Amino acid sequence: MSAITDTSVLVEDKEEKGKRQRPAWEEQPTRVGLTAKGAILGIALLAILFPIWIVLITSLSDAETVSRAGGLVVWPDGISFDAYRELLSGGEVSRAMMVSIGVTVVGTTFSMAVSVLAAYGLSRIGSLWHRGLLFTLLATMFFGGAGIIPTYLLIQSLGLMNTYAALILPMAVNVFNILVLRAFFMNVGQEIIDSARIDGAGEFRILWQMVLPLSRAVLAVIALFYAVAYWGNWFAGFIYINDQEKLPLQNVLQQIVLANERPAGMAQIIGTGQISSISVQTAVMILALLPVAILSPFVQRHFKKGMLIGAVKG
Amino acid sequence: MSQSTVPRPPLPRESGGPPQKPAAARKAPRRRRGGDHRLAGGIGLRHRVRRDWVLVLMTLPAVLLLVVFAYIPIAGNVIAFQFYSPYAGDGFFDAMANSAWTGMENFQRMLDDRDFWNAVQNTLMFSSLQLLLFFPVPIALALLINSILHSKVRAWAQAVLYLPHFFSWVLVITVFQQMFGGAGLVAQLARDWGLTDSFDLMTDPGFFKWLITAQVIWKDAGWGIIVFLAALSMVNTELYESAAVDGAGRWRRMWHVTLPALRPVIALLLVLQVGNMLTVGSEQFLIQRTAVGPGASEVLDTYVWNRGIANGDFSYAAAIGIVKGVFSLALVLAANRVAHAMGEQGVYSRR
Repeated sequence: MSAITDTSVLVEDKEEKGKRQRPAWEEQPTRVGLTAKGAILGIALLAILFPIWIVLITSLSDAETVSRAGGLVVWPDGISFDAYRELLSGGEVSRAMMVSIGVTVVGTTFSMAVSVLAAYGLSRIGSLWHRGLLFTLLATMFFGGAGIIPTYLLIQSLGLMNTYAALILPMAVNVFNILVLRAFFMNVGQEIIDSARIDGAGEFRILWQMVLPLSRAVLAVIALFYAVAYWGNWFAGFIYINDQEKLPLQNVLQQIVLANERPAGMAQIIGTGQISSISVQTAVMILALLPVAILSPFVQRHFKKGMLIGAVKG
Repeated sequence: MSQSTVPRPPLPRESGGPPQKPAAARKAPRRRRGGDHRLAGGIGLRHRVRRDWVLVLMTLPAVLLLVVFAYIPIAGNVIAFQFYSPYAGDGFFDAMANSAWTGMENFQRMLDDRDFWNAVQNTLMFSSLQLLLFFPVPIALALLINSILHSKVRAWAQAVLYLPHFFSWVLVITVFQQMFGGAGLVAQLARDWGLTDSFDLMTDPGFFKWLITAQVIWKDAGWGIIVFLAALSMVNTELYESAAVDGAGRWRRMWHVTLPALRPVIALLLVLQVGNMLTVGSEQFLIQRTAVGPGASEVLDTYVWNRGIANGDFSYAAAIGIVKGVFSLALVLAANRVAHAMGEQGVYSRR
């Protein structure tokens, strides 16, 4: 289901710019109708924003405020960055952050390189072995997951257990993302490519100087998809990493909030009452949420530009 | 959907390379292989290699990664017909070659395995609940969003609704923990108001199915509206206009114009959803397994993990994985057939 949903991201809201006019034949909205609509939408948005708000405020509160509130803080009473300062000044959470950032940056770069090359390589219909190579990619979509057992045994016998490579390589290629990139590359005006070729540009140069600059928006969106997948991956850490020292942030988040384990180094500070343990939990949650919350609206914006490029061509 | 992503224009775009001679005239009985046959003039393989080897080279890293991490594991599933022992050899393949063949024994074991049937039952229960409670939500939300004229409000609402989709499952579950867990906000309020001291929805096995469904809705209902919004933006406004001229009110217009426009998308997503009946997402369950116990939370994917990786019963777990895959495929085909019978396109068209 996600596959279909994702495609349509690329054909989203062309009419978005400017306010739409109410057509003459449409009735004026009733008061009751408007109120009901507003209420439903309001509840939906609150259901998403309120928990995030609580978590954010609690992570920014000092031990005293937290204990006065009896747990989670709904309304801020002074802001304190103690929990973050403590978590990020070395220790387990800082280390897990670094692992997650590293895996996300390296993984996304690697995935993008492989995917862009493959998408461009497959974008010329009728080229050498085009159909065979495309089918090799497509077929894996039908089999879905090959099963975690053989994959696990393979990772084990490749000697990748407990390595960062196990967090990257098995999920490095997403065929669906390649297909989206390919569809965009095929839309880049053939005239541009032809003229570049007449000027003597090779395939790499055409890709780098012609196709990629024209596809910036879709590149941003696909990079976001890869980055979110790497950043949010808990499963690989769970089954492939046994070493506490190498666990990524999502796994440490699970330990701290759900298994209620205190991160190394935090025990005394929590014991002396400088930071409440719930502030630590919520602060780790915010750290896990932050990159995604910052990036996704930015990419959404980027996205509309991509749409315009697509529209001009059509 | 794969078919539709491979457009086939009548003529391939000729790329540069050496000037092409009318090769077909030279070589009379041309070999028709690959995409070659669609070339009107036709050029020899040697020229095509010279012209396209860079393109093939570019595709190679992705293909290699897929061979290693997708094709080899598919082949690795043969251990389901063995009694695989990791100690039988050096590494996966050696051990596989040295392990004893057992035929269908692993599959027969499933029939008498009560834990397996419990997992099947749970899986079907969770996925039916999602079909009933989750599936309609994005459609309703999309209709609501679509009826908002103010573009700023729309944009903000969409940005907020999409956000949880990008959160990891661990994060979603920890958010629920902070809201409904033993130390969460609701428990806090219940204590303050003297209602109950032991409020904790996160560890209640009886409540688990509702919890799971609520988490799925919170995370993905907003994201699900995108596809419906796209379908709605394609609707010809003249249809609304003529319906209105004919005297149809807003509800009748929704019933006779809007919903029929969504029908193909709804049918397609239903087919896919039915095909995924046996997959309810392992992370969500693995993470919460200890809190509510395997009785309430074991689904097929967690059972495979539990039997195979946690208990080392690799062959049996692989057999369960195969059965799951085969049944899932059968479900898609059946659902697609029903969709066709109802006059819908489904995942692939009848051709």
